[in-house]
Amino acid sequence: MAEATTPPYDALARTPLFELHLELGAKMVPFAGYEMPVQYPMGVLGEHLHTRDRAGLFDVSHMGQAFLIGPDHETVAAALEALVPGDILGLAPGRQRYTQLLNDEGGIIDDLMVTRAALADDDGRLMLIVNAARKQADFAHMRERLPASVRLTVAEDRALIALQGPAAEPALARFCPAAATLAFMAAMSAEFDGVDCRVSRSGYTGEDGFEISLAADSAAQVARALLTHPDVAPVGLGARDSLRLEAGLCLYGNDIDETTSPVEANLSWSIGRRRREEGGFPGAARILRELADGPARLRVGILPVERAPAREGTEIVAKDGELIGEITSGGFGPTFGGPVAMGYVAAPHAVIGAEVGVMVREVARPARIAEMPFVPHRYLRKPKGN
Amino acid sequence: MAKSRYTKDHEYARVEGDIVTVGISDYAQSQLGDVVYVELPRIGRKFNKGEEAATVESVKAASEVYAPVSGEVVEVNSALTENPAKVNEDAEGAGWFFKLRIGKEAEVGTLMSEADYQSYLKEL
Repeated sequence: MAEATTPPYDALARTPLFELHLELGAKMVPFAGYEMPVQYPMGVLGEHLHTRDRAGLFDVSHMGQAFLIGPDHETVAAALEALVPGDILGLAPGRQRYTQLLNDEGGIIDDLMVTRAALADDDGRLMLIVNAARKQADFAHMRERLPASVRLTVAEDRALIALQGPAAEPALARFCPAAATLAFMAAMSAEFDGVDCRVSRSGYTGEDGFEISLAADSAAQVARALLTHPDVAPVGLGARDSLRLEAGLCLYGNDIDETTSPVEANLSWSIGRRRREEGGFPGAARILRELADGPARLRVGILPVERAPAREGTEIVAKDGELIGEITSGGFGPTFGGPVAMGYVAAPHAVIGAEVGVMVREVARPARIAEMPFVPHRYLRKPKGN
Repeated sequence: MAKSRYTKDHEYARVEGDIVTVGISDYAQSQLGDVVYVELPRIGRKFNKGEEAATVESVKAASEVYAPVSGEVVEVNSALTENPAKVNEDAEGAGWFFKLRIGKEAEVGTLMSEADYQSYLKEL
């Protein structure tokens, strides 16, 4: 089809790249209150495979970007550590970290990326990237809890572009050679064709790649420039979901929510030793107890043995038919070459390799509990100028 | 080739004698996106008109394929198990799902003609 389908959704917001998506032939759908491209003419399968083979360009401007600002890093970090279990005090300049906003029961309000500016001039600033569907809830929650010395400033006029895949570095290097030298989970301010950007080397696909935060007015220019590179293709939300699923990464609302603790969600790796010993984050009692005794349930990978995908909401049963869990995300993995899923299973049954059944169309289909990721991560490991 | 008739749920039914070949329309496959999995009925299974007869899945979601008329499954397109993409490539040809021996001849007349289906699509 030559034309994009543009539904008459007047209430939906648009990102700075909306016109570009239409030009590229995107199929637009509502997502988290925005009109977003679910796919382009290449299709979900093609876009997914292209990202792992070359490089995909994603508009993720719908996500929330905000700054925590205070007199110095220690003050701002302490304020954020009162809300998340991650090590923020120890976050070095120019480094990024993954953590979760917790409620008082130790459940997850949202997961987010926290970045400390590289330059000393920007000391006392932390940049937060949160999920689109949760940003209003996140900001309200934080505002209620921050001390007077730290303020939250929401970045209203910024776009966010992700470039992911093995060709992401050479493509970015063409326009922003400095950022192409970033190490994994590092960040810097850099110029892309004269446009000021904050770039991090991270993403949501399991591949090497970058996320570029920039003024909304410059977003189309930067996106178009990257699209001139022969290896870069636009990729929509459909493939973004299948890529992160293969990578074993959580989707808020599906795999994590206000009832799941980071321990249950198999995200304990993001809680460092100091925080495990000291606590000092919401729901610490539950989380520390789960770390000591094990959680009641655990997020695990589920691999159907046959070809039928097992999707969210699918019941997981033990060999004797006992209900032991539920799939929270599932679908077809184009790179993996078959169905993949993740979900929560009662702790006694959460054993890698255990044979289970997944109830698809009222029939228990054979499956097994499996390690994630389903497709190996290819984050940059070799050391760069850091 | 015999003319196809269509349902509101975007199945097609191509009648040749007392056998009808069933699949999803080209419009349906384009709406679905890349097909990654197809589940076909057992040969010998009988369906009433409108019953779920097969499943077609894209990366994102599963969709049901309904029996356009009552009948008994006499053949299934096993090629789709190995190569579900055929549904996208040639939905109304090589991407057929199953064939039924028609149980109630009169039901065929209740299906839309190709012209009516094309008009129906314009209104969607």
